[in-house]
Amino acid sequence: MSTLEVSEPMALDQSFVGRTYPATEPYEVGREKIREFAEAIGDANPAYTDPEAAASLGHPDVIAPPTFVFAITYKAAGQVVQDPQLALDYSRVVHGDQKFAYSRPVRAGDRLAVTSTVESIKSLAGNDVLTIRGEVHDAAGEHVVTAHTTLVVRAATEEA
Amino acid sequence: MAAEIKYADVEVGTELPEQVFPVTRATLVQYAGASGDFNPIHWNEKFAKEVGLPDVIAHGMFTMAEAIRVVTDWVGDPGAVVEYGVRFTKPVVVPNDDEGATIEVSGKVAAKLDDEARTVRVDLLARSAGQKVLGMSRAVVRLA
Repeated sequence: MSTLEVSEPMALDQSFVGRTYPATEPYEVGREKIREFAEAIGDANPAYTDPEAAASLGHPDVIAPPTFVFAITYKAAGQVVQDPQLALDYSRVVHGDQKFAYSRPVRAGDRLAVTSTVESIKSLAGNDVLTIRGEVHDAAGEHVVTAHTTLVVRAATEEA
Repeated sequence: MAAEIKYADVEVGTELPEQVFPVTRATLVQYAGASGDFNPIHWNEKFAKEVGLPDVIAHGMFTMAEAIRVVTDWVGDPGAVVEYGVRFTKPVVVPNDDEGATIEVSGKVAAKLDDEARTVRVDLLARSAGQKVLGMSRAVVRLA
């Protein structure tokens, strides 16, 4: 995407810390999408695919593996990552840390909206370190999970 | 279903059953599709090498998904996970052969956090090709 070639180090603007982006349109969690994800990670836990097994654990429908929600929060974080004002060089981004704090597991039937906030911008050894907080709420407005995603923007090297 | 693990029955140092998770190129293609992460470093060897990687590498989120299975298989109910975080320290390199790579994950109870909420902290150790691939890999889990 980027056609800009930036050779001088360009630190991310600290004034973005605390900036919150508009909530995303709800993502509807489907049973078959959960099944597809569980199969992709090779996890046969029946709570992911069998509504009765999920019910026996007290869940109203099949639940999603703990990291399933990342696809939703990371897409939402795109609002930050692609914010032209922040001018982040995506080609230099690597995923540094990931954390989730759950109020309850994501489950089939959920309609999840994500609100992304720039939690912190730090500079470490010449790299920019950006942490984005994605707060996930269901259709009733109840908190489901918060994802903290830390991206490391590697410093530009001698490479053209 | 795995047996319920009772808070009263675990102590600091209690070890969770270790597991070994295989990962091949096919695994990565399947994970790319399921997760929507189509970054070519996870399936295109030429691209991966052009950006300075030794070979195709697994998605960090794939490794994170595998590591927590040591916890969810132990407790039975994946909904018991209250918090989970990792640092991606080294990539899991996946060669283009039938063997692929493996991710070996062990875990142990590092702290009993709250007697009322019955939460414990589990520290996980994930290795591939003899190297630690996740750092600060911790989960908080509610037990029975």
